[in-house]
Amino acid sequence: MWQLLKQIAKTGTPTQRLPEGDDAWRTEGQRIQQEVLDVLGRALCIRAIDGGSCNGCELEIHALNNPYYNIEGLGIKFVASPRHADMLLVTGPLTLNMKEAVWRAYEATPHPKLVVALGECACTGGIFKESYAVCGPLSNLLPVDITIPGCPPPPIDILRGILTALRVKHANLPP
Amino acid sequence: MRIEAFEFSNQVRLYGSADGSSASLARIDSNTWTRTAGTVREAGGRLISLWGAEQAAGMFAISAAYALENGILWLQLPVGDGDGYPDLSTVFPCATRMQRAVYDLLGLRAIGAEDTRPWLNHGNWPADYYPLQKLSSGTERFESQEADYPFVPVAGDGVHEIAVGPIHAGVIEPGHFRFSVVGEKVLRLEERLGYAHRGIERLFESTPLLLGHRLAGRVAGDTTVAFSWAYCMAVEQALDVRIPPRAQWLRALLLERERVANHLGDLGALGNDAGFAYGLAQFSRLKEDWLRLNDRAFGHRYLMDRIVPGGVATDIDPRFITAMLTQCDQIDAQVRVMQNIYDDQSGLQDRFAGTGLLSAKVVKHFGVCGLVGRASGQKIDVRVDHPYAPYHEVQVQMVSDDRGDVAARVAVRFNEIYESIRLIRTLLSDLPGGDIVTQIEHSRPPSCGVGWIEGWRGDVFVALETGANGTISRCHCHDPSWQNWPALEHALIGNIVPDFPLINKSFNLNYAGHDL
Repeated sequence: MWQLLKQIAKTGTPTQRLPEGDDAWRTEGQRIQQEVLDVLGRALCIRAIDGGSCNGCELEIHALNNPYYNIEGLGIKFVASPRHADMLLVTGPLTLNMKEAVWRAYEATPHPKLVVALGECACTGGIFKESYAVCGPLSNLLPVDITIPGCPPPPIDILRGILTALRVKHANLPP
Repeated sequence: MRIEAFEFSNQVRLYGSADGSSASLARIDSNTWTRTAGTVREAGGRLISLWGAEQAAGMFAISAAYALENGILWLQLPVGDGDGYPDLSTVFPCATRMQRAVYDLLGLRAIGAEDTRPWLNHGNWPADYYPLQKLSSGTERFESQEADYPFVPVAGDGVHEIAVGPIHAGVIEPGHFRFSVVGEKVLRLEERLGYAHRGIERLFESTPLLLGHRLAGRVAGDTTVAFSWAYCMAVEQALDVRIPPRAQWLRALLLERERVANHLGDLGALGNDAGFAYGLAQFSRLKEDWLRLNDRAFGHRYLMDRIVPGGVATDIDPRFITAMLTQCDQIDAQVRVMQNIYDDQSGLQDRFAGTGLLSAKVVKHFGVCGLVGRASGQKIDVRVDHPYAPYHEVQVQMVSDDRGDVAARVAVRFNEIYESIRLIRTLLSDLPGGDIVTQIEHSRPPSCGVGWIEGWRGDVFVALETGANGTISRCHCHDPSWQNWPALEHALIGNIVPDFPLINKSFNLNYAGHDL
């Protein structure tokens, strides 16, 4: 146990030691939290769905949950059920074999039903676009609020995209 | 058993293959197909992959790649239109799903095979559409019509089913698991995969040979280095290209960095799945440090598209050599601290020990490979057994464990991190000078090549047939998960449902790489 405590003490809080390039959004932390509250009145819940991705985008979603980005600290969390979600974060070129599952998850999601297409494949169909086995981009199936390009997009870009989707929604809310 | 032990009349040794990792191709008849499988099995050889192709209109061939003592034996059995080929699943049970996939993609049936259910075709394209046949363009559009799938039912008092997926509870790739349980105890798990099928093998046929590494690098994002290396190795073998030593060493550097990144992620997730979130926080921090240095040194966090036909795309700047050596010291020290912490947590060890036991017998039965096999005492590692360059110079110490449980798979990951860090230090310290890429002249007549890499999960294999003028006539990519997924079903038997995430994570198999 002493070793565990020692490691905690030695590690400190990496979120406070971000490289310079990332400082801009980090200082925005409180404002982001406020925006999430303004739009939703509570935490933002995201259901991530793999629509047949290579797993690269999933790795970056996982990275977004690491202590450097600490998105739960901003009031953003990933949930297991689409019924608990405000936002669907969908990756992959939308394979035929995932089309129905993605559609059912969308149907199960309550409003505001934000949809974010994550990664080159979800945005455009990517390198797989021409294949018989895919029916993407995602916008062929769902109304997409925000697209986040990149192969895969780094965690910072994913966070920016999520926040942009929120802001778009915020701007469209009645005063 | 050595490749030369078989005396096939038309056996051809593929270019550029060194002793220890050589590769030969032979065309055989169907009697020899069956007989050879038995001989290989008896001699302890492994079936690495099985796939098919339509080589010319109506002229099919089914292929098998076997791992023998000194390399790969690639056998090709010509098959006429509408005919089948002899089933291999009674000799190599891992062939079952590969044969089902061959049927879905090519329409060739394994004669005598017991399980002929569709595997990749979920009913979303017509049952008589075979994307790898020449008649198909590969770009057809179909309306989705998801079909029912006949899972194997388990009967008995109190038995019920739990259906999970294809969308799982966490941020995980898509797949379906059907558990038959009594109370909390799992009697049977049946997997259904194919949800991430993107038609990659057909896409290769419309991709220029020298751009195929980009597609291979997207077979599986977490194994992008191994797949792009295997692809490039196959191209270089087919075209008889020698790449500069510096490129070989840099490729190994990228591969070991990929291995460490994935093991760091898994060790954190394994802690988390046993209720030790602290482990996830610590390891995901270390992994992020690791990825950020990848990005600074090579311009991509997961090292995609860094390996290209003829060499590598990015050289390493001397200041990053220093940074990486320093990072190796830091990560090595911190992982050792974490290993002590994991070992000290009795609650964690209680969840790990004895859970998800995979016996050496099951490993042998399914031809389980990679780290999962090594954690059940099977000492197989392509880098050691068939040391392709630069592993003939930078020698790997094999890591293994005899216990076969989650604890063993955790221990193998820890020890492989230390070993990879040791390798990275050597690769950086003794990195040869010179060019990083060789110009490739692709106007050679059609030829064949194979690539075979020890990825972080196990054997990553690519078989390539080039066409005229820098085209690809067939490219088959094989992920080690084909062998390991069926073994997971066995490792779960008798365990409780809540241990499934932990056992599954300890295997951490590939969906995208398997589904293609």
